[in-house]
Parts: sequence; structure tokens; C-alpha cells
Amino acid sequence: MFNLTGKCALVTGASGGIGNSIAKALHAQGATVALSGTRVEPLEALKAELGERAFVTPANLSDMESVVQLAKDAEEAMGAIDILVNNAGLTRDNLAMRLKDEDWDSVLDVNLKAAFKLSQACLRGMMKRRFGRIIGITSIVGVTGNPGQTNYAASKAGMIGMSKSLAQEVATRGITVNCVAPGFIATPMTDALNEDQQAKINAQIPAGRMGTVDEIASSVVYLASEEAAYMTGQTLHVNGGMAMI
Amino acid sequence: MSDVAERVKKIVVDHLGADEAKVTEAASFIDDLGADSLDTVELVMAFEEEFGCEIPDDAAENIQTVGDAVKFISENQG
Repeated sequence: MFNLTGKCALVTGASGGIGNSIAKALHAQGATVALSGTRVEPLEALKAELGERAFVTPANLSDMESVVQLAKDAEEAMGAIDILVNNAGLTRDNLAMRLKDEDWDSVLDVNLKAAFKLSQACLRGMMKRRFGRIIGITSIVGVTGNPGQTNYAASKAGMIGMSKSLAQEVATRGITVNCVAPGFIATPMTDALNEDQQAKINAQIPAGRMGTVDEIASSVVYLASEEAAYMTGQTLHVNGGMAMI
Repeated sequence: MSDVAERVKKIVVDHLGADEAKVTEAASFIDDLGADSLDTVELVMAFEEEFGCEIPDDAAENIQTVGDAVKFISENQG
């Protein structure tokens, strides 16, 4: 099950914790992977760790020309893009009263517009091959909201709406478009919280703990697989029961 | 029929599974040949590949019949 041999996957934000784990998981199932991010060093380190079937394709997703170029680079390196994982994202948190236009724009550009542009750039090849998997890493806050994150939550909710619309456009062509919505995931950022802060977070989660990056990656592997062909326009909520939607 | 027309017709028949007799120059992809809007996008992609020309989006929107496609391609073939 979930064999991805012969499939080519582009993962954005592969230098981050979740993206790194997604790339590794897809690769472990046999996929060829193109690793994208802004920082080349961690991407090269990941490529070295994976060995064959891995390429580094850096890009600055706040620059839309760079986004379009990324799709070309990844397609040239791998020969095709069968699986696109729009994982890259950033936060510029602030109360709405204090949020600057540039913080709104940068979050929407990278988290939503770049994800759309990349999806658009991959569609031609996917339609011709009659196979495609577009997977967006959204967030629980895109559905529940979160104070201080009007921009981030809007971008993540936008990703869900975009995916549902695109899923309807291309469903007859063997292309599925889905999202994975992580809740609290243990990363270097949450490790930096003190014990008291961590305990408060865990108390909100029925599972009593944060999720792991691997628990997100395995959801992505499922959505990328042939077995998930009938699943489209959906959002998998992976959050330890924190929000049941 | 010109060579371009024959090749366009073949692509349309192959792609839409349309009855060859119905694929006349006046036939509309959507109204007469059962294409949906995504089919028309794919047809344009197929024409671009077959004829090695680029069909810009604003031109593609005006290609509604087999004859429209033949005319555009004949005038813009690379």
C-alpha cells in the first residue's frame, strides 16, 4: 500500500520540520523528491541524507517569478511533477489593530498566492498524464481562527477554499486536491516554550500531547497515494482531537 | 480541407471522442461536440503541441469552433 515508486514530488518548505519529514516520508515510499526552501544548506543536508532520487530546487516564494521558475526547475530535475506539496508558510502575528499591510501581504503571498501559482504551473503536466496530487498543508486555525493570526488564518482558510474549487475543476482528470490541517505539532518552536506553557497547550488536546511531524507526513503519504484516488477536496484534520470538524 | 484542418479535426475526434461526421468547421466544441470548459483548455494545449505554436489566453477564449481553431493556427503557425 501507498507505494510511490516512479512518482515525482515537489515539496516546498522542505527545510522546515514538517516539510523535512514530508519529503523523507514520500521518498521512503519510493518517490523522487525535489526539495524547495529559501535556505539551501538544510536542503543540501537533507538531499545528502536521502541519497538518490533527491534534488534541491531553492526558491523565494514571496517572488512570483521565482515561484513559476521553481515549477520549471523541479520539472526539469525530475522529469515531471506528479505530487505537489504546498507546505511552505510563514507567520507575521499581531493583533488586527496593529497588523501592518506588509505583514498581511507577505503572509498571503507566500502561504496562499504562491501555493496557487505552483498548483497552476503543475496542472498542465498533471492533466496530460491524467494523474496528479496537490496537497496543501493548512492549519487548524484556518478553520477555528486564532487571535493574533488574522493574516495567517485567512491564508490557511483560503487554501482550503482554493483546494475545494480546484478539486472540482480537475476531478475528471485523475487529479486530486486535498489539505492536511495540523493542530499543535512539536517543533523547535514549541520546544522553546517552558513546561508550564506546554502543559497548558496539552490540556486543550484530548490526546494530551502535541503531534509529531511524522504524524503529519503519514497523512500526506496517504493523500499522495494511488489508494487515495477517490478522496478529493477534503481536509484531513490531524490534531489529537483538539478540534473535531 | 487543408492539412491544418485535417490535423485539427483528428485531435478533436481523438480528444472528445466525437463522431467524425459531426466535426465540421462550423461545429462548436461545447454546443455541438459535447466538450466542457476544461476540454477546451486541453484542446488548446493539444493544438499548441501539434503545431508548435503558442495560443495566448485571450486568443484561446475566442476559439469556440473547429473553424476558429483552424483559422488561428493557419495564421499563426510557427
